[in-house]
Amino acid sequence: MHPAYSVIFFTTASGAGYGLLVWLAMASALGGFPPDWALGLIGLGLALALVTGGLLSSTAHLGRPERAWRAFSQWRSSWLSREGVLAVATYIPAAILGISWVFYEKFDGPVIIASLLVSVLALTTVYATGMIYASLPTIRAWNQPLTVAVYLTLAMATGGILFVFVLSFFAPLPTWAIALPLVAIIGAYFTKRFYWEAIDEAPRTLRPENATGLGHIGKVHHLEPPHAQANYVMREMGFKVARNHADKLRRLSAYLMFLVPIVCLLLLLMVSTFTAPLFALVAVLAMGIGVVIERWLFFAEAEHVVMLYYGADAA
Amino acid sequence: MTTLPKSTKKKLGLVIDLDICVGCQACATSCKEWNTGGYSAPLSDTDPYGADPHGAWLNRIHGFEVGDGESGQTVHFPRSCLHCETPACVTVCPTGASYKREEDGIVLVNPDTCIGCKLCSWACPYGAREYDENHGVMKKCTLCVDRIYNQHLAEEDRVPACVRACPTGARHFGDIGDPNSAVSKLVADRGGYDLMPEMGYKPVNKYLPPRARRDGSANNFQPAVEAPDPPGKDLATSFFAWADKMLSQ
Ligand code: SF4
Ligand code: SF4
Repeated sequence: MHPAYSVIFFTTASGAGYGLLVWLAMASALGGFPPDWALGLIGLGLALALVTGGLLSSTAHLGRPERAWRAFSQWRSSWLSREGVLAVATYIPAAILGISWVFYEKFDGPVIIASLLVSVLALTTVYATGMIYASLPTIRAWNQPLTVAVYLTLAMATGGILFVFVLSFFAPLPTWAIALPLVAIIGAYFTKRFYWEAIDEAPRTLRPENATGLGHIGKVHHLEPPHAQANYVMREMGFKVARNHADKLRRLSAYLMFLVPIVCLLLLLMVSTFTAPLFALVAVLAMGIGVVIERWLFFAEAEHVVMLYYGADAA
Repeated sequence: MTTLPKSTKKKLGLVIDLDICVGCQACATSCKEWNTGGYSAPLSDTDPYGADPHGAWLNRIHGFEVGDGESGQTVHFPRSCLHCETPACVTVCPTGASYKREEDGIVLVNPDTCIGCKLCSWACPYGAREYDENHGVMKKCTLCVDRIYNQHLAEEDRVPACVRACPTGARHFGDIGDPNSAVSKLVADRGGYDLMPEMGYKPVNKYLPPRARRDGSANNFQPAVEAPDPPGKDLATSFFAWADKMLSQ
């Protein structure tokens, strides 16, 4: 599948933003730190900026962005529509939490309900994003049980590292604020690893013989394409990264997404409060680049069944 | 509304005979010509006179080589929307622009509400949806919904443009849901089949397989024309050969 940069930026940025929202909302609901207005402003501000930037970038790949509002209408059947509805719904409790935290320095009592709602809606939005891909029977690498889990755990991991970064400016980092994101990153690592193993092992059962229904006559192979130049279907669904490049990029993204942040978090347990933001920043940058490579690969490695009509040997 | 109808009153669709299609592309060009002025006009092209001409076509004809050696054959393979009964291309659409008609089962995109998110094209296993870069919306076969009910056209023209154009009669149009229709009988007689039933989309369009070829290994070769007599046999040929030889000395 063709990796569109707007979609890569959208899914990674909004995933991290929703993850950060969940961390801030849950930590505040559990009274993990005092309700400092500046922490609320910067933390929630960064989360909502990432979410909003992501959503705006996702409209950039539309042919008719001015009609984007229509996408809220088909939530009964479409995961893309559900994602839109949930994304907008998340703003309401997020705004309540933000106003109460920033202007009244208060996030306990009834505000906890808003915090819980933020967490649930943010996670369901990411779930819906994952389901857009996981529900497509045409793309074997996406139509996997772990696809949604990868989106959820990576949102919590990327959001978790941002949470550490923001928090490191305000107070000596409590141990839980390092240990829990660490657990999230390790969880994301195993999920992604099992996902890669699953897509490598998933059998490519369909052949041109199935696509044409002519297998009973003999071996089928594509002789003449319909047109001399590549068409939309070939440009959109035919993009494929070479296997050895994909392996290298998988390793690179895993080092950046998991290894570097894990090492940084472990060092954060030891370093002084003054140098903590620096280590957190290194982890954020590594994780950011890593997850963009991961998302690029998510598209570039995915084979679409339609390519069987255009010369692919299996799908 | 992108929720699928429980059932449709008719199942209008095409039956394509792979035995007699010669791959002439008449249906594809006729489709492009009609639909660039039809329901979802235009069907635009990008860089039409340049180095990389490409554009939206609703019908594409592939050539496949099937079988090996003497029993091998070339099969011309027209491919367009199959107007599936349970297609994910409709249910994934976030705007309701994609829909399946309850009255006749035709799957359409409303060009006035499509946002061009392209998700439906990802959901189609058959490559039937092509995005129009210049129009910013998705295009697909309409089964010539603007011809088949069109009272302004002569009766014989109220069929999809591709069916009307096919010079070999390889394309048939009708109600595949009615077991007594001509197309249903054709499907029953010839063993018409669905493309990739594994996908679970239940295509309405059917393909008729190529008929069995004569066995190439048996010696039953029959020349299409009789070979001419070898030269020198009849008097006139011998005379002209002799004359030619004499004169060129
Ligand atoms: S062939 Fe593709 S576009 Fe047509 S109805 Fe089936 S899934 Fe949808
Ligand atoms: S491209 Fe248009 S028709 Fe296709 S899913 Fe998006 S809005 Fe619906």
